[in-house]
Amino acid sequence: MKAADWADGRLGIYGLAKSNLRKIFPDHWSFMLGEICLYSFIIIILTGVYLTLFFQPSMAETVYHGSYTPLNGIPMSEAYKSTLDISFDVRGGLLIRQIHHWAALVFIAGMFVHMFRVFFTGAFRKPREINWLFGFLLLVLGFFDGFLGYSLPDDLLSGTGVRFMEGAVLSTPVIGTYLVMFLYGGEFPGNDIIPRFFTIHVLLIPGIMLGLLAAHLILVFYHKHTQYAGPGRSEKNVVGMPLMPVYMAKAGGFFFLVFGVIAAISAIATINPIWQMGPYRPDQVSTGAQPDWYMGFAEGLIRAMPGWEIRFAGHTLVLGVFIPLALFGLILVVLALYPFVESWVTGDKREHHILDRPRNAPVRTAFGAAWITLYLVCMLGGGNDIVATHFHLSINDVTWFVRIAFFVLPVVVFIVVKRWCMGLQRKDKALALHGRESGNMVKLPHGEFTEAHIPLEPEQLYPLVSYDQQVPLKLPPAVDENGVKRKVSLNTKMRARMSAYYFGEKSQIPKPTVEEYKEIASGHGGHH
Amino acid sequence: MSQDEEMSSANNLPAEQDHGDGELAVKGDNPFADPGLPPHEHRRTDIDEKAANRAERQVAFLFLISMLATIGFIVSYYAIPKSQIVYIFLLGRVSALNFSLGLTLGVALFCIGAGAVQWARTLMSDVETPQERHPIEADKETREFVFEEFKAGAKDSAFGRRKLIRTTMFGALALVPLAGVVLLRDLGPLPGKKLMETNWAAGKRIINHNTGEPLKPSDIQVGSLTFAYPEGLSEEDEQFQEKIAKDALMLIRMRPEDIKDKTELDWSYEGIVAYSKICTHVGCPISLYEQQTHHVLCPCHQSTFDLSDGAKVIFGPAGHPLPQLKIHVGDDGFLAASQGFQEPVGPSYWERP
Ligand code: HEM
Ligand code: FES
Repeated sequence: MKAADWADGRLGIYGLAKSNLRKIFPDHWSFMLGEICLYSFIIIILTGVYLTLFFQPSMAETVYHGSYTPLNGIPMSEAYKSTLDISFDVRGGLLIRQIHHWAALVFIAGMFVHMFRVFFTGAFRKPREINWLFGFLLLVLGFFDGFLGYSLPDDLLSGTGVRFMEGAVLSTPVIGTYLVMFLYGGEFPGNDIIPRFFTIHVLLIPGIMLGLLAAHLILVFYHKHTQYAGPGRSEKNVVGMPLMPVYMAKAGGFFFLVFGVIAAISAIATINPIWQMGPYRPDQVSTGAQPDWYMGFAEGLIRAMPGWEIRFAGHTLVLGVFIPLALFGLILVVLALYPFVESWVTGDKREHHILDRPRNAPVRTAFGAAWITLYLVCMLGGGNDIVATHFHLSINDVTWFVRIAFFVLPVVVFIVVKRWCMGLQRKDKALALHGRESGNMVKLPHGEFTEAHIPLEPEQLYPLVSYDQQVPLKLPPAVDENGVKRKVSLNTKMRARMSAYYFGEKSQIPKPTVEEYKEIASGHGGHH
Repeated sequence: MSQDEEMSSANNLPAEQDHGDGELAVKGDNPFADPGLPPHEHRRTDIDEKAANRAERQVAFLFLISMLATIGFIVSYYAIPKSQIVYIFLLGRVSALNFSLGLTLGVALFCIGAGAVQWARTLMSDVETPQERHPIEADKETREFVFEEFKAGAKDSAFGRRKLIRTTMFGALALVPLAGVVLLRDLGPLPGKKLMETNWAAGKRIINHNTGEPLKPSDIQVGSLTFAYPEGLSEEDEQFQEKIAKDALMLIRMRPEDIKDKTELDWSYEGIVAYSKICTHVGCPISLYEQQTHHVLCPCHQSTFDLSDGAKVIFGPAGHPLPQLKIHVGDDGFLAASQGFQEPVGPSYWERP
């Protein structure tokens, strides 16, 4: 009590606690995905700090004489040697390394799934667009920080990644060679890249991420969490259980669950056994080199791209490398900007706190599915050699498959998923209007048999009928009341067209109406 | 109102009350109305004291296991030698220390989590309550007040009136970051001709990568891939990594009549050809060789080069052939370069001719 009063007198904590201690959070499994990201981030920071106590970010040459005898007497960099020491001579060091790496994989996988939860439920709509962008930045920074961390041990695999980066940066038109010289402090590999990567990996990017993370969570609190439609839940309230004690216990407990599972995985499954690779040398390489899974997408772009080079006036435009590099950014940015495109199409300026069921936004859902398809096709391309050897295919065929699928599959998936959503809408509508199948056959007066339907209870019916359904935007008449031709901007015309696509009859099934419901209820006595 | 706003607010948005407003519906009137929050259903632990006590014991048991596991962790840390390897079913040979530290830590953490979640699910209230939301946007008065305040502040500053201050301030603010940009200059040297040059030059002998000895034509067998570097390069060299990243060479021997490319034949010696080992895609070292076809393959992204035809790219993302090194045999009987590489090795870039 006394301590709290003391703190309140200086920090004003009671004001904060008043609105937050018993703040209501809605309960749903999919809302735990963001928590998984948060906890794996904390685990990464904890284990990362431990690793910095032993890791030497230096490319100075030294000779190994540690406990791992197969590498005894081999010249290597301090960075690689200290990673070996952490793995073999610091008790528990290997475990911390493994936890750090596994947590990074879980972190990025978690962000992906969390992001698509947000995407498919439309949680990015007003007022949460900025939080969507914060989240997106966290994802991109997570990618980069993972890549940098992977590069630090200076083993044969990570060095190959650093070389890849040199080639990629070199391909930048006009300034590529300058960028490489400034980044590597001279010619590849030089002596600077690992210490530089180290600072960026442990200080710069995590610092920015910590700030974004805090902003992300503050906004979640400030906006209050979204919720799924259901009895008693509206745009004006949030229904759930209080932060204290229920979510403190659940969320706090969940942190330990995530940490425990990652620790156990790290005991069982070895990840990145750098001692098997040997130290990095630019003239050596291990076959089947693969980056961590999230970079497989970039790897696929680079592998599937034809090797276009344009020569002119003593210069070379290295499109074969630069286009994949640019596409990597572009494909991500498209996703980041989607919320703004959608709000431009809908013209909707209202706040949304009730989540959409993905089926009720067929175009959005189909777009998200198409994006994921594109991502997976690229990932497959990143492992084209593994796919080829595993399934006894020619690598040429696999690469051609990826090239064609890159353009075709997302379109196919878009069409299929949109139809699928509309099918589900139809099913929902029938369910709402006619009720559940009872399994009982009844004989109608004229002798026909039909299955009796049981009308839904109000609490089952409500979530099926309480969603928003927009109608397509209509352009005003071409000529106004005074007979003067109206000028319609191109922007407006495009919007009208997009709106017609999003909300026309090709993209959604009209919602059941009260009139339809009443007519069926009275006309057919609840069955049929 | 702009045309866009006029249209959107006019005819295409669904009515706001579509979601219901949380009020109880009058039964029978509107079947789609919000039926309101369902009544709370009691759990066993809410009504049965025995069940609640059982739940308490379960939670305590989980916390207890966690404590034991932490003790197990500490014991493992001291008791198990760090070099001990054990065989574990399905996992194979693993470090005993890593395995037991990881599992005990995992159990210690997991049980705390499981205990807390079980506690929350069984013994803490699960009554769902609504809490009101408030619009994020400020009301009209606040909005106007803020604009007034801002205007007053702007007026006080005389920012709009005193143009000279404004212009010079923007000038100063725009210039000062240049100091930071200039400071970045020493991050690295300018590229100059660095990427164009290697250590290969006329007369440099070709050193076998495996033995460290100069290569004779007889050392190179048909069907094998030999790696090499230029005479004078040593692993003790401070810039060994930078040099080998460009100098690495590979040699193969073919029957001279199998060489399809005229220049390639001219630059070869009795069917021995020497090519840069550094892939022209993004710079991995090439490591795989197929004897029958004389194709070499880069393991990174599978670029494939035909060494019997000027190292043309026949598959994969590389954009141009591997550079060839012209070789001959010197008076001492050893293979040597006849000249340096005639084009830059490794990945392509803007200044590459
Ligand atoms: C460092 C990584 C991230 C962490 C730690 C994190 C954490 C969280 C947490 C704990 C929540 C509340 C619980 C939930 O709805 O799951 C949340 C909500 C949210 N996140 Fe993230 N997130 C991360 C990345 C992302 C990404 C990549 C995106 C999308 C680009 C994103 C967008 C959002 C949005 C829009 C919300 C509000 C959702 C709602 O209220 O329904 N976040 N985040
Ligand atoms: S580096 Fe050789 S194929 Fe990419």
